[in-house]
Amino acid sequence: MNTSSSESHELHPADMASHTPLLHERPAASAVSAGQPLRGVAWFGRLCRYPPGLIGLLIVVLYVCLALFAEAIAPYSASEQDLTATLQAPSAAHWFGTDQYGRDIFSRVLIGSRDILLLAFSSAALGLLLGTSVALVAGYYGGTLDELLMRAMDMLMSFPALLLALLILATFGSALLNLVVCIGIVFMPRVARVIRSVVLKIRVQDYVTAAQVRGESGYSILVREILPNARGPLVVEGAIRLSYAILIGASLGFLGLGLQPPSPDWGLQVSEGRIFLLTAPWVSVFPALAIASLVIGANLLADGLMHALQP
Amino acid sequence: MTTFVFRRLGFMLATLLIISLLIFVMTEVVPGDFASILLGQRAQDETLLAAWRSRLDLDQPPDQRYLSWLAGLFQGDWGTSWFYQTPVLPLVLQRLVNSAVLLVLALLVGVPLGILLGMIAGVYRSRWPDTLMTIGMLLVASLPEFVLGTFLIIIFASWLSWLPATSLMAADTDLREAWSLLVLPILTLVLITLPYIARTTRSSMIDVMEQDYIQAVVLRGIPFPLVVLRHALPNALLPTISVIALSIGWILGGAVVVEHVFAFPGLGSLLLSAVSNQDIPLLQATVLLIAMIYALSNLVADLLSHLLDPRVSAT
Repeated sequence: MNTSSSESHELHPADMASHTPLLHERPAASAVSAGQPLRGVAWFGRLCRYPPGLIGLLIVVLYVCLALFAEAIAPYSASEQDLTATLQAPSAAHWFGTDQYGRDIFSRVLIGSRDILLLAFSSAALGLLLGTSVALVAGYYGGTLDELLMRAMDMLMSFPALLLALLILATFGSALLNLVVCIGIVFMPRVARVIRSVVLKIRVQDYVTAAQVRGESGYSILVREILPNARGPLVVEGAIRLSYAILIGASLGFLGLGLQPPSPDWGLQVSEGRIFLLTAPWVSVFPALAIASLVIGANLLADGLMHALQP
Repeated sequence: MTTFVFRRLGFMLATLLIISLLIFVMTEVVPGDFASILLGQRAQDETLLAAWRSRLDLDQPPDQRYLSWLAGLFQGDWGTSWFYQTPVLPLVLQRLVNSAVLLVLALLVGVPLGILLGMIAGVYRSRWPDTLMTIGMLLVASLPEFVLGTFLIIIFASWLSWLPATSLMAADTDLREAWSLLVLPILTLVLITLPYIARTTRSSMIDVMEQDYIQAVVLRGIPFPLVVLRHALPNALLPTISVIALSIGWILGGAVVVEHVFAFPGLGSLLLSAVSNQDIPLLQATVLLIAMIYALSNLVADLLSHLLDPRVSAT
């Protein structure tokens, strides 16, 4: 009853809906190539030869570089107000125009990229860490433990992601750390579900049986045999989580539950510009375009990685 | 089948019970003593503090308060909103109706459109209609709801001036008269559901079109549009149907953001105002209600996929 009942979750349409690749076709959730180790840089070559993947990689790398050198590139500071030049249209002096306080939107978008990328990378990493830990234990040991853990994950999943995030943030307040923890918790059950199915396939491989016969401890088998062989699906899942993290992070910012003003958070900027949408649309449009292009890049990258790692 | 239904139903009820506990703990126990938070400076006054604590029932132990809250939910007493000073249940139900109008209209437009697009893309796999749709869906799926909504406002209200500037409406606006205010929120919701329905239909259409029986029908010389509509589509729709049921939950999450973008008086904007006003009874009720609808649509999706395809053998 245990394995078969939890097995059905992998075919749960929610997963198919949220994990259907955008361009590359993955026949079904079961097509995760388990036990196929990542060798050298072959997968990287495959990623770069797949145009959507390459474009995605370039966009994400570009944003990471912009974020790293944001302070140096930005012509103004994010908080510098100029009340003589409020709501100015894009010009040579202000590429993206200015907002209601005369702050330079180009600089604010650039500097805001640091927060969203920091948030996205760390919450995706946390979600991956939590979810993978649950998946390893549940998938490898099976039985009642598996049943209990996966039922708990199901319960977490039966809460809409945004609602769970909202409840956590409303209670604990919205600092960057809280946002990361909150998105990490939202991701945990979703990662656990995908990775657990990978673990189930690896656990019956000969090398795992051999390690068991050698008398290795459960911990050592999990870390030394199973985890390295799940690298491919882990990388893909990480990339998928990255794009969702940007989406959720920006949405929370827009709802006013993310970083608080005067932070140059992208979602917050779109929200603050809403009242000027008809008179000075650039206040909202440029941060919105930044969010859109970054998410598209992350999505294409996830797609390319899926193509390269799970051919 | 009956066992399956009862197991799923039992699981749903257990989930909702745990969710209610979670909501209660997160909103009432973790933040600390609400009486002193509400009173602020005046909390120094011991008698005032005690009066407020008993007024808010805070002098009861947490487990007692949880049980009486839970009992109240079943008896239709959902508490009184601190901010609006009215009973929570009618307020929540009125907003629920507004959101439901939005949701149903969005599904009525989005579902047939998604199926149509997915069908066309699946039939013309790897040719230009497919490529065009795939790229279009990728773009739409990459845009957060609020970015989509913002772009739509700029295009339709600012550039084309076809629709009202922003769909700001008073809480008591009659939805039947204000149909033009509904267009943009519905369009946004349609766009966020479209990619999921279209993609599912596309991939199942591809599967079905490769089956032997379709080839046989084609070889019998039956006109191609008839093959697609009469023979392929009905079978290709099986997976789509459960995705539709699931997308209700998905739209519900998105609706919170969309309602905020357009200042639409629905459940989502009520939830957000409860958060910003620290209106705990209202927050608890809206979160629980949304979780209930979400759980129900998940249940329906599960039952449908079980009914339509017994091979998905869930025990």
